[in-house]
Amino acid sequence: MALSNYISEQLAAREGSSRGALLMTHVVCGYPSFEENWQELEIMAAAGVELVELQFPFSEPSADGPLFVKANQQAIQNGVHVDDCFEFMQRVTDIFDFKVVMMGYFNTVFKTGPRDFMQRLKAAGGSAFILPDLPVDEAGELHELAAELDLDPIVLMTPTNSPERLQKLAQAAKGFVYCVARKGVTGSQTEMNAEVADFLSTCRKYTDLPLAVGFGVSQKSDVDFIASHADIAVIGTAALKTWESGGAPALTEFFAQLAA
Amino acid sequence: MDLFDFKDGREGYYGDYGGTFLPEILHSTIEELKRAFRDAREDPSFWQEFVELMQSYSGRPTPITHLANLSKQLGGAQIYVKREDLNHTGSHKINNVMGQGLLVKRMGKSRVIAETGAGQHGYATATMAARFGFHSKIYMGAVDVARQRPNVFWMENMGSEVIAVRDGQQTLKDAINECLRDWVTNMDDTHYVLGTACGPHPFPEMVSWFQSIIGREARDQLMALSGRLPDRVFACVGGGSNAIGLFQGFMDDSDVELVGCEAGGFGPGKGNHAARLAYKDASVGVAQGMKTYFLQNDDGNMLETHSVAAGLDYIGVNPVLVHLWEQERVRFEAVTDEQVTEALKLTMRSEGLIPALESAHGFAQALTEAASMSTKEVVLINMSGRGDKDIFTIADAIGDDHWKQFIRAKANEYGTE
Repeated sequence: MALSNYISEQLAAREGSSRGALLMTHVVCGYPSFEENWQELEIMAAAGVELVELQFPFSEPSADGPLFVKANQQAIQNGVHVDDCFEFMQRVTDIFDFKVVMMGYFNTVFKTGPRDFMQRLKAAGGSAFILPDLPVDEAGELHELAAELDLDPIVLMTPTNSPERLQKLAQAAKGFVYCVARKGVTGSQTEMNAEVADFLSTCRKYTDLPLAVGFGVSQKSDVDFIASHADIAVIGTAALKTWESGGAPALTEFFAQLAA
Repeated sequence: MDLFDFKDGREGYYGDYGGTFLPEILHSTIEELKRAFRDAREDPSFWQEFVELMQSYSGRPTPITHLANLSKQLGGAQIYVKREDLNHTGSHKINNVMGQGLLVKRMGKSRVIAETGAGQHGYATATMAARFGFHSKIYMGAVDVARQRPNVFWMENMGSEVIAVRDGQQTLKDAINECLRDWVTNMDDTHYVLGTACGPHPFPEMVSWFQSIIGREARDQLMALSGRLPDRVFACVGGGSNAIGLFQGFMDDSDVELVGCEAGGFGPGKGNHAARLAYKDASVGVAQGMKTYFLQNDDGNMLETHSVAAGLDYIGVNPVLVHLWEQERVRFEAVTDEQVTEALKLTMRSEGLIPALESAHGFAQALTEAASMSTKEVVLINMSGRGDKDIFTIADAIGDDHWKQFIRAKANEYGTE
């Protein structure tokens, strides 16, 4: 099923429930370890998370904040390779119902070979990919390869984009659009206010695709806010922080509170 | 040859290399910078203002010195040196920095950030910020902070905040990542003063343009001094800004051979050096905003690098130079730490000049080649910076006992905290 159809169905199923937005969570492959990744994913699946980003670690994660920077570095030090990430993705998509989105930096794809990488992503059961350092202007060839394999390139819209740019981004987008709630890197708090709401309604003008909101989403009130202005709440750093401070019980509690 | 005429190709590309690979949030900032740079480039009064500033503030034009003693001693080519070390702050870095400073004024921004490896670029940026009244923050790998304290001292005393970056290898590339993180947060009032001809378009073009002042001066000066064009031109290549700056003066002189000298470190073998093109350990990748050759593994993760010279210890290389290398317009050679130390000692003893460890890579290669050339031939070396800043590293490398005694005495004088 196409990713956008899956998202529409899931959204329809959520109608009238206490959590109005879908959840997309994030794990960095092999950090702290693949075993712990698996435990995190079990908790996320039990909480009914609809989408999960599996980040392939990269040595220069320039769009990430301190916690994910450390996670990327540690994973590489742990000896995590691209092969391991695909193997893990295969195991994940075999078992879990949520859809898997590859997240990473373009060099990982480029160095593997774009065609090879896309084929392996497809074979491992991935649905889409997010490459924050690959602007649409440079992505033509990769997006064509993706289209052949029915993989969706997730495009980012940001508060600094001009109307002309948003139009261009919308044309390249498939699956859903990732709306970056604020300037900066991943991980610091975002105040979900009228400014964010305005930005989301601007994005909405340019695309009919579902809108995901990320960067600094950490609490139930954020998810509620996103439910009324967009479709998918992206939980990244907050979940990893919770896992690091309190392990499985804390993460279970964290998602129970988010999904309440 | 106009390297920066993109009419027949993609803007910001040199052959297959270059481009703009940045997070979407910076798209409008980069567009703004491209416009400001283009306006400045097309405005002859801007270049005039730049040249006048460099004359009054940095002592330009820097001279060319004939190394008469060394030329005689080696018995080969006549060796000339372009003295970028005589710039204010002691290196060619100030050319690019003052140029970008003028651009920042045109864009109406009030804050600048910069990465620095050896510290020369950070030092120059701190100077520019003080002069123009900008707030400034300098990101520097913690390893580099430890080995280049004198530059950190000057940056801080000129009012810059110096941040020791503790991610990754804690060197130049990590400082660049940290600058990008600052920039995606603060782009409204902040300009990122990238220090070398790397990174996303328009930086390779812009930095090359400001640094072309070296080559423009050098060609005329050398013609006046030696009555002829050089046979070979040598420059060290870390990111590649001093090299492209000097080389541009001779781009249309097809008989002039251009030689880029990379950090051979301990010699060939992954992790031992920072020679992207001269050795065979690098491959094409996309990182730090550009597509170029990187020292990376099969997963596209960057390798450790090593050089005695902090300013050459970089994973990537200027995409313009890669293109020129593929066109066989620029030859690349690697120079090991050991060769560098020997060349430095020889230059100090024979000529009383102290090239920076970075620049000494160019010297080492040039001296080796000059020895087997004819006495009528001419070589030109870019002395991109002065070596005083490297006193700690050089003293270590040559094992100077008097220096060690001095440091011990100084430490005793300060006592424990």
